Amino acid sequence: MSTPVESSLWGRLDDPAADAGYADHPKRKGFFTDTSVCIGCKACEVACKEWNQVPDDGFLLTGMSYDNSQQLGASTWRHVAFVEKPIDVPAPVDLGMPTIGSEDQGAVSGDAGVRWLMSSDVCKHCTHAACLDVCPTGALFRTEFGTVVVQPDVCNGCGYCVPACPYGVIDLRKEDGRAFKCTLCYDRLKDDQTPACAQACPTESIQFGDLDELHERADRRLAELHEKGVDVARLYGRDPEDGVGGDGAFFLLLDEPEVYGLPPDPVVTTRDIGSIWKHVGAAAGALVAVGVASFLGRRR
Amino acid sequence: MSFRERAMVPEPEFESYYGRPILKQPTWKTPDVPLYLFLGGLAGASAVLAEGAALTGRPALEKVARLAAAGGAAGGTVALVHDLGRPERFLNMLRVIKPTSPLSVGSFILAPFGALAGAAAASQVTGVLPRLGRLAGAGAAALGPPLATYTAALVANTAVPAWHEAHRELPFVFAGSGAQAAGGLAMMLVPTDQAGPARRMALGGAAVEILAAEGILKKGLVAEPYDQGRPGKLMKVARFATAAAAAATVVGGRSRVLSALAGATYLTASLATRFGVFEAGLESARDPKYVVVPQKERLARKQTGGAAAHTAG
Amino acid sequence: MAEAHPVGFQWVVEAKRRGATIIHVDPRFTRTSALADVHVPIRAGSDIAFLGGLVNHVLSNDADFREYVVAYTNAANIVDSDFQDTEDLDGLFSGYDPESGHYDPTTWRYEPPEDPTSDEQELQQELEHEEHEGGSDGHAQAHLAAQSEARGSGGAAVPWKGRRDETLQHPRCVYQILKRHFSRYTPEMVQEVCGISPEQLRQVAESLVANSGRERTAAFCYAVGWTQHTTGAQMIRTASILQLLLGNIGRPGGGIMALRGHASIQGSTDIPTLFNILPGYLPMRHADQHQSLDQWLADDEGKAGFWGESRSYAVSLLKSYWGDAATPDNDFCFDYLPRVTGDHSSYTTVKAQIEGRCKGYFLVGENPAVGSANGKMQRLGLANLDWLVVRDLQMIESATFWKDGPEIETGELVTEEIGTEVFFLPAASHVEKAGSFTQTQRMLQWRDKAVEPPGDARSELQFYFQLGKRIRQKLAGSTDEMDRPLLDLTWDYPADELGDPEPETVLREINGTGPDGAALSAYTELKADGSTACGCWIYCGVYADETNMARRRKPHWEQNQVAPEWGWVWPANRRILYNRASAAPDGSPWSERKRYIWWDADEGKWTGDDVPDFIPDRSPDYVPEDGAKGPAAIRGTDPFIMQTDGKGWLFATVGLADGPMPTHYEPPESPLPNPLYQQQNNPTRRSLATASNPLNPSYTEVFPYVFTTYRLTEHHTAGGMSRTLPYLTELQPEPFCEVSPRLAAERGLEHLGWATIVTSRTAIEARVLVTDRVRSLRLGDRTIEQIGLPYHWGPNGLVPGDSPNDLVNVTMDPNVYIQDKVGTCDIRPGRRPRGSALTAYVEEYRRRAGVEETTTEGTQG
Ligand SMILES: Nc1nc2c(c(=O)[nH]1)N[C@H]1C(S)=C(S)[C@@H](COP(=O)(O)OP(=O)(O)OC[C@H]3O[C@@H](n4cnc5c(=O)[nH]c(N)nc54)[C@H](O)[C@@H]3O)O[C@H]1N2
Ligand SMILES: Nc1nc2c(c(=O)[nH]1)N[C@H]1C(S)=C(S)[C@@H](COP(=O)(O)OP(=O)(O)OC[C@H]3O[C@@H](n4cnc5c(=O)[nH]c(N)nc54)[C@H](O)[C@@H]3O)O[C@H]1N2
Ligand code: SF4
Ligand code: SF4
Ligand code: SF4
Ligand code: SF4
Ligand code: SF4
Ligand SMILES: [Mo]
Repeated sequence: MSTPVESSLWGRLDDPAADAGYADHPKRKGFFTDTSVCIGCKACEVACKEWNQVPDDGFLLTGMSYDNSQQLGASTWRHVAFVEKPIDVPAPVDLGMPTIGSEDQGAVSGDAGVRWLMSSDVCKHCTHAACLDVCPTGALFRTEFGTVVVQPDVCNGCGYCVPACPYGVIDLRKEDGRAFKCTLCYDRLKDDQTPACAQACPTESIQFGDLDELHERADRRLAELHEKGVDVARLYGRDPEDGVGGDGAFFLLLDEPEVYGLPPDPVVTTRDIGSIWKHVGAAAGALVAVGVASFLGRRR
Repeated sequence: MSFRERAMVPEPEFESYYGRPILKQPTWKTPDVPLYLFLGGLAGASAVLAEGAALTGRPALEKVARLAAAGGAAGGTVALVHDLGRPERFLNMLRVIKPTSPLSVGSFILAPFGALAGAAAASQVTGVLPRLGRLAGAGAAALGPPLATYTAALVANTAVPAWHEAHRELPFVFAGSGAQAAGGLAMMLVPTDQAGPARRMALGGAAVEILAAEGILKKGLVAEPYDQGRPGKLMKVARFATAAAAAATVVGGRSRVLSALAGATYLTASLATRFGVFEAGLESARDPKYVVVPQKERLARKQTGGAAAHTAG
Repeated sequence: MAEAHPVGFQWVVEAKRRGATIIHVDPRFTRTSALADVHVPIRAGSDIAFLGGLVNHVLSNDADFREYVVAYTNAANIVDSDFQDTEDLDGLFSGYDPESGHYDPTTWRYEPPEDPTSDEQELQQELEHEEHEGGSDGHAQAHLAAQSEARGSGGAAVPWKGRRDETLQHPRCVYQILKRHFSRYTPEMVQEVCGISPEQLRQVAESLVANSGRERTAAFCYAVGWTQHTTGAQMIRTASILQLLLGNIGRPGGGIMALRGHASIQGSTDIPTLFNILPGYLPMRHADQHQSLDQWLADDEGKAGFWGESRSYAVSLLKSYWGDAATPDNDFCFDYLPRVTGDHSSYTTVKAQIEGRCKGYFLVGENPAVGSANGKMQRLGLANLDWLVVRDLQMIESATFWKDGPEIETGELVTEEIGTEVFFLPAASHVEKAGSFTQTQRMLQWRDKAVEPPGDARSELQFYFQLGKRIRQKLAGSTDEMDRPLLDLTWDYPADELGDPEPETVLREINGTGPDGAALSAYTELKADGSTACGCWIYCGVYADETNMARRRKPHWEQNQVAPEWGWVWPANRRILYNRASAAPDGSPWSERKRYIWWDADEGKWTGDDVPDFIPDRSPDYVPEDGAKGPAAIRGTDPFIMQTDGKGWLFATVGLADGPMPTHYEPPESPLPNPLYQQQNNPTRRSLATASNPLNPSYTEVFPYVFTTYRLTEHHTAGGMSRTLPYLTELQPEPFCEVSPRLAAERGLEHLGWATIVTSRTAIEARVLVTDRVRSLRLGDRTIEQIGLPYHWGPNGLVPGDSPNDLVNVTMDPNVYIQDKVGTCDIRPGRRPRGSALTAYVEEYRRRAGVEETTTEGTQG
């Protein structure tokens, strides 16, 4: 396998598939998830499991609002978060921000208002994917669509990808030992089909397509919301200059990323791999030095 | 949890999704992986010690160190394979070599090191093919320092804040810790007259480790897991033991008993360091604070063009 | 809507994207509220007061769309001088008979015309005669047989169009009556009844008014938050009044959308699985009232509007049932029709089971042991049958109650003593058979079979076809008159090797065929002479040109905004009913922005993207001759062509069991006295007296809280289709109740802890979710706490749990016999007692609340 050149380990990279050695390849595919229209129906979660034959993830009432699947994992490749946040001073209703009751109502009953944000999370198919970079077996690979996929028949369950992912996406399935995550429906893409989750989403919260086109759509949507006064709207993972070179699956959020369980400023760990190796080298040198020094001097 | 209750506790300094981790906990198991880190260090530094002993004619030291190198490598391999989700697929590690994957690089260090150290030890013990044995020993000695330190790259090259943010210091901590372990083991098992280099190696390792660890502890929030809770305790034990062993080494001079005790203490310190570092990493992945707060600070710095700003929360 | 109709909700999201304001009225903050611009928390069961407040706002501010109201509604009609309002009688209308609990609607009619035609004179005499003869018997019969529902595609017939005052000044004109009736529903009153602040009411009212009129329209969507109340039909009536006043009916972007339930529940009222109607909303034959074809059709036949042609529809239906055997000489086999004698609705039948009067039962695609109100009553009924046939996808509670129902645990039932023989037959699911679904918008959409059913599972079509064949084989050669209806049936569908008929042949039969045997293309082609056959007149045209129109799937982006080539909508593929109202009386569009159907004077016909819901070439200035009948009697300006007077009814002179105008009554179980009238409950509500259906007394300290039941997106109704599937179960793995932080503090409930919820029926346990999404409501000087209970769970399935329906009482709306989804209860922390201790626990509650042993039979005042 070829050694990736320094520049493609981080920073802007417009064509990850070409970088991975695909001479002729389709346009990069991805998701734009517009959480402002997500209704939390979880059709995406179910469709994903149904199509990919992912096992259930256990029956546990968590008390985390209506979210009983809790997080992305080896057996949950789409995850719908339910952010139930009390708000003390409800925003005026015409801001387009859903609130409960009017200020007066809240004051009368003594209850706070509430805001309920829903958002469907998924593997980001990072431009610089740490999971892929650290995988020692080559089980994780970059597809011709620019997506990141695990080959279950190669994975040896070393688990390195797990702590490497800055979004906490990929995980090992306990009963099985191997790593699993969203494949961006690689099999469906090859058949020119829309991924199962996007296909099932009733409100077009999950939009699938060519990444550059999705970027344009997202920018328009953001402008539209800002125009309506929804200042809290922001894009997440859209910026090709960010710590992972931008996400193949990016989002429109209505609050800070961490509120949804997303890292505010993720960085691909291999951005620092050069420095890491340098320090390892220096430390190895130090060990040699200590060794040599130990044998120098008076014989005792 | 009741939202009312939540609203009554003091304003949290950062927000999160029901206090859930943002990162996945490393799936690496304890004790397998910290033990592997320890054994790698022990083996790598022992190979250096063995080669020095060979070159300087300290057969007792050479023998112990050779066995430690081979045993450490074998034990480490067992621990690593045991940790794999699919041990039968261990060999998949050798399908590719990827500089971006310290585990891949490490496999290409561990495998030949194990073979060479094993051969050297076997030759040493049996007396068969002594020349080739020596050659193998030299090879192992060359691979030893990388073996002892690449494990730092292994943990640092992750998103785990306590590991990644310490990627400059951890290799030195691991180098020092490996030297301590190798020296310590030799101090326990080798007659004092031949153990001088072992004592010096342990002492030198102790100094490197303590310096490097100090560097980590200066890192603010990222250092917190190294300082608090169980990993904090382990790190303290490690520091205390290192200091005690170092003192005993200096004071105890050639006393066999003191030397052996000091050696055992070095080993303990080295073990505690590995477990401490490992668990500090786990803790920093578990608590979203360690991801959110520094990242928000970083963002704020970016936005204000580098001016320090504290806007988390 | 986002919760239970997520796929339909995409259009709400789309509307919002285009600038629509979304208002959500619900006791709880739900997924719908999360996407709405405004959420209006309301006390469950108080919607008439809220909507009444809106009507009052519109009327007292003259904010109605006056031109529309005068021309298209019965606002100008003058009502009989004997009519008395709830204002006069403190919560009752004139005509109430306290003994029977029924209304005689005679005084609700329009004032007779000044110079009546001969027909009208005759009618007047008839009516007066009826009055003298104590005609309320007839009304009682009509009520019991729920005949008002036989108006599903039109209104009840009025005897005459009556006098009108188009200035709307006459004190007895509908407009003025309405104004007086709703003047009581002030913002302050709304707050006291619903817990909605005057500011919020004003906000909603102003936004509604601002989005109505010539240039704009507003739509209402509702589902069982409105229907499942003892005043359910009237809640929807209130919305209709509002929409008519605002000019939002028959216009694009307007209307009232009933979001129906099960995938083809609309289909199962059109071609009904109900006791009281026949296909196309023809009334079920009543044993006493309908002795002949003529009597059966007398109510509608010959009246103005399209119901006037009901003989053609009825005869064609009889022809499709009995083919050649149906001839003019034998009234087209009218006498073969089964007949009803009164209320044979579901809950009444359950009572009959308990009393041993109903011996055998088919449960096909229904799980009443969990899904129906008062689960205990349901199970006691099932346990008292001789035989029970269950056809289902899963081994549901209604098939296993005899071994694992809650009554087995408490000892109220003992397996060995249950005599019911249960036959379980596996059913093919919707993906395992072809057929059509009729959805909420009256649209038929064809499904192809995706996979073969597993094992012995078979389609309903196969089952009933084979059952019919076998019965007919057994009866073959019988000379008994009683067997003729079965033996003369047309029962000859081509079937595959498994005996499964080709579903399209059934659709074709429903569509109807002409004298030449070819498929008909419109219900206007139906004849009363027996030359046409049609299984459901409103579906006529779905198989026009021998083509399955329901199977059309042309994407909306390849056709006009109405998308007429996707599926097929009854009647006549018309997407918006009464769309003549989208044009002004003179036939021009109300506004360019909202143009939909208009009169093209040059062509001499109505035109637009949709199929005009009017006689195609009827000019706006057409005035019918005196004595005109049927469609000929429709004026050029009367858009409501199914109504005999062509008008949208602000005031229902006939057809409703509980009054001509909506009135707020408290639910049968309520924490407070009715703030509006002395009359606490709907006087015509239907109660069921059995020992297993005791009611909580209203405003008692023992049951201080309101509960309401509802759905979660992740589960389906009684759960047979979701609790059995891991992918759905993991998303909502356990029964829970939702409570406000204030209630949690009041009762010591802990988030994720257990709670026991008690009513006079029983107590259940559920985990607690404490959430700000359920808020305490301030009504006057008291605070009302509501408990939310998703009702999907039962003892079977991957994660079993108590069934909330065991808490719910059976008291019904008098028009359609649906239960009330709300009630009162107590809630305590911790799990419920087990076994016989549970019965004792509930008994103690009943004693403390002073619950009577049984409630009185029938309706009560
Ligand atoms: N996911 C899912 N979808 C379904 C179903 C399902 O079980 N699961 N069932 C299908 C069927 S059969 C049906 S009938 C439809 C029903 O569809 P919906 O009517 O939408 O279903 P519900 O959740 O029962 O009730 C709707 C809302 O009414 C509120 N509510 C309760 N009481 C009152 C009240 O007095 N006034 C007002 N204004 N609101 C009240 C509840 O809080 C709830 O949010 O859904 C269909 N779709
Ligand atoms: N408290 C309270 N109670 C309610 C409501 C409420 O809001 N609150 N809502 C009410 C409403 S609107 C409804 S519709 C009812 C629903 O109550 P039910 O109709 O009793 O409940 P379902 O679970 O929908 O039952 C349908 C059954 O049909 C089976 N089935 C599915 N497809 C087929 C098929 O093709 N053939 C056959 N033979 N079987 C099939 C399924 O497995 C399932 O068991 O619940 C009512 N009960
Ligand atoms: S989000 Fe994580 S798992 Fe997905 S591609 Fe990026 S690093 Fe890999
Ligand atoms: S667990 Fe599998 S996919 Fe992940 S890094 Fe190891 S071999 Fe690669
Ligand atoms: S793209 Fe495919 S694999 Fe990924 S979340 Fe969607 S359905 Fe699942
Ligand atoms: S399917 Fe779409 S709307 Fe439903 S939860 Fe997923 S992203 Fe949200
Ligand atoms: S379950 Fe079927 S009918 Fe119900 S919303 Fe989904 S697609 Fe529509
Ligand atoms: Mo329903």
